[in-house]
Amino acid sequence: MEQPIISVQDATKIYGGGFLSTSKPFVALDRFSLDIYESQAKIVTIAGESGSGKTTLANLVLGFILPSSGKIMYKGQDVSTMTREQRRIYRKEVQAIFQDPYEVYNPFYRVSHIFNMVVRHFNLAQNKNEAQQLIEDALNVVGLRGSEILEKYPHQLSGGQRQRIMVARAYMLRPRLIVADEPVSAVDASLRAMILDIMLKLRDRHHISFLYITHDLSTAYQISDKMYVLFQGTTVERGNAGKIIENPRHPYVQELIDSIPVPDPKMKWNTNITLPPEEVMRMKSSVGCRFYPRCAKHMDICTRAFPEYTQVEEDHEVACYLYQ
Amino acid sequence: MASDQKVLEVNDLNVHYFTPRGAVIAANAVNLYVKEGEIVGLVGESGCGKTTVAMSILQMVSAPGRIVGGEIKIEGQNIVNLPEKELRKIRWRKLALIPQGAMNSLNPVIKIREQMEDGITAHEKVRGVALRDKVFKLLNDVGLPERVYNMFPHELSGGMKQRVCIAMAVALNPVIIIADEPTSALDVVVQRVVAQTLLDVKTRLGVSMIMIGHDMGLQAQMVDRVAVMYAGNLVEVGPVGSIFEHPYHPYTRLLIDAIPSTKQKKSLKVTEGLTHDLRNPPRGCCFQFRCPFVRDACREKPPAFKQMAPDHFVACVQY
Amino acid sequence: MAVLATNSNTQAAARRVNIWDTPWLNAKFVTGSSIIVLVLLFGLLGPLFWNTDLAFTASSPVNLPPMWDKGGSPEHPLGTESNGRDMLAQLVVGIPASLKVGLLAASIGMGIGILLGSLAGYLGGWTDHIIRTITDSVITIPSLMVLISIAAYVRMPDTTAMALILALFAWPGPTRLIRSQVLTLRERGFVRMALLSNVPALEIMLFEMVPNMLPWLAASLTGGISGAILGATGLEALGLGPTRVPSLGTIINYALNSSALVRGMVWWWLPPIITLVIIFTAFFLMTVGLDEIANPRLRGYGNGK
Repeated sequence: MEQPIISVQDATKIYGGGFLSTSKPFVALDRFSLDIYESQAKIVTIAGESGSGKTTLANLVLGFILPSSGKIMYKGQDVSTMTREQRRIYRKEVQAIFQDPYEVYNPFYRVSHIFNMVVRHFNLAQNKNEAQQLIEDALNVVGLRGSEILEKYPHQLSGGQRQRIMVARAYMLRPRLIVADEPVSAVDASLRAMILDIMLKLRDRHHISFLYITHDLSTAYQISDKMYVLFQGTTVERGNAGKIIENPRHPYVQELIDSIPVPDPKMKWNTNITLPPEEVMRMKSSVGCRFYPRCAKHMDICTRAFPEYTQVEEDHEVACYLYQ
Repeated sequence: MASDQKVLEVNDLNVHYFTPRGAVIAANAVNLYVKEGEIVGLVGESGCGKTTVAMSILQMVSAPGRIVGGEIKIEGQNIVNLPEKELRKIRWRKLALIPQGAMNSLNPVIKIREQMEDGITAHEKVRGVALRDKVFKLLNDVGLPERVYNMFPHELSGGMKQRVCIAMAVALNPVIIIADEPTSALDVVVQRVVAQTLLDVKTRLGVSMIMIGHDMGLQAQMVDRVAVMYAGNLVEVGPVGSIFEHPYHPYTRLLIDAIPSTKQKKSLKVTEGLTHDLRNPPRGCCFQFRCPFVRDACREKPPAFKQMAPDHFVACVQY
Repeated sequence: MAVLATNSNTQAAARRVNIWDTPWLNAKFVTGSSIIVLVLLFGLLGPLFWNTDLAFTASSPVNLPPMWDKGGSPEHPLGTESNGRDMLAQLVVGIPASLKVGLLAASIGMGIGILLGSLAGYLGGWTDHIIRTITDSVITIPSLMVLISIAAYVRMPDTTAMALILALFAWPGPTRLIRSQVLTLRERGFVRMALLSNVPALEIMLFEMVPNMLPWLAASLTGGISGAILGATGLEALGLGPTRVPSLGTIINYALNSSALVRGMVWWWLPPIITLVIIFTAFFLMTVGLDEIANPRLRGYGNGK
């Protein structure tokens, strides 16, 4: 059996509620599991709205935070107990691109700083020429030329260029996995396609997997292979991305997909949806289905325990009592 | 339904931002009108001038920007260069704004009722029970329960705060509401609820709206007519059905093609090219650097608007 | 293509004009720092034009009014005081002495602040808890009272000792500021990028975070300097400063002791006070200016014509 490059095992992240703390503990991510294998590059979407825990998961996988319980394993090695050298290899193989392509540039330095950091700290090149060649090659993959951008300051570039440079930076390390946290949420429609296209290219030609974190189900549908839909820290539906979006089973996912505005004036929203009062929306149960207060089809059993995952079709599982 | 009365007319609007590095042309000869009871969508990518046009209508262009030409007529009255005192009467009374990220503009330490009452009493002489009833009615209009009256902004979710802002915008029965990305930064389900509220308020009060946005999907759901802007220029205007059925301008087509669908998988359409420096627009068509169909004629002079279908105009040399 | 070429030409031209388009050219900051430079020049170049030996006791005739008053002499343009010291010479010597105390105390405070603040902010956890608790307790101590007690016990031979004592209370402010800055910077995208690029912690702090804190650090330093000068002047005016070297505070102390106020010797007590007011105003302008530089939201935009 092949060892997964990243294996998230029952990861739970709880904020607050510590010693001397007055705030109630808040479960940001609840028993999340996921394996990504090196042999078959995939784009895995983590979809969810604000507060669903998707960014928490990204931070866990990148080692920025540690899980409260459960494990994040990189090739069989727990991320929290790595030696310096192991961490260097893990950093090299698990890279990231972020939502705001402006934020990730230190305004003090030119664009080349981003690449120099990587070359220096991962010992990618023996000399300057070699480094130059590496940077140029990486930039070419995303359709840029070094002479055009390296000596510029980040504010002199367009949003699309900035994001493509970040992809080039990640690519330079030849990672096995790139965590892409909302990479297209802050760019214009025309650039969105360009970035997504580069992601597909990296998957198909360079066999790099992606953990695509997004709130946008339609782009997820267009590019991803596998999908996990999160709601308040829990995974409500998981499996093949196409199957989930074409045929959502969980009432929450159905509501979500139904709410995406259809770009056709002839197909206007015909039903009105109403959200329950604020108190109900804020009610957070730690046992049972988190969607219970908002669910139109809720049953008594829903509050007892979190539903087991039911396989509704091949490669499509849902955590809902309606299907048990 | 929309009558033919034009409540707002923007004629030949030019707005420049004067920077140390030259004047940025943020709006170039923009012509637009809004009929009574109609929602006009103003779309384009960030920096295309849509917010500038909205701010010009409100006469709230902030320095170093200035309206350098054109007129803006509200119910036939030109408000460009009107003294501030006159303008204050027109704003809110006739014109209301739902600013971008409006929900964050609520004062966190003041109760909703006080914020709403302050807004009303600043312009109207209502007091006591009448005032309270008015606030209740407004909350009711946007589908909020009466409890909200005594709550603080932090006790409400983003969608509810946004609806409070809508209630405040309609409080003085404006002729026209300008909504700047009213649903951005909201979750998709909440976005839908807020969008519904806006549509509901529109039909109930017969108010006209300009809806600024970049999401063509949302525009398709909400507006009656769409105006597409690119780099400070209006490139296409038409009824929403006609625009989506037949987008004539290459840029409009690009915007519509770029909407990711959840109905069918389609190959991604990638376009290259940068927008020109707005300080230094090229001769001819504003879209020439990114247009896949560019030809010599495009580089000579800016194309004139041509009517392609009823009420549907496009500025492109192809036609 | 021709269009593109002209485009880039004008852009190059624009970049040349650009060096003046920097936030550091803030009117308040420039005014404040110019005043400080002038005051410093007065103290530094003064000895070239005026005999500083006249700042010591019995070097001049006593109680001479300034030269423009009746009885004044051009040999002592600002007059002399009861112990036979020349006022101009005292200012020439006293201004740099006071500025030195302020600069030294504030720099030591800032140094400690950078160290503790970045440790607390970057490491978090228990380190943060301990540093924060100590900092917060020190901030609540009424510093002048403690300083008076310390200064009364320690005989201060020179200005350096004075600066060290003042530095005892000059570090909590910078520590707090830097801790909060590091906390927000730690979440910033470019710091995360550096982490992902395997950059060691010290390098992240020095090369990624510190450059972005410069305006804050500078604002805090100027604020610290004027605070330390104020503290030093207070102690000296009470007679707790070094008595050998004249400083602005000691001049005031002698004036008070010799009842200059009652005797109507305005030229004795007013010049040091005016100098202090000028120094404080200048530092205040610098601090406010630097605040505006660091925080673009405070920057007012001129109305474009």
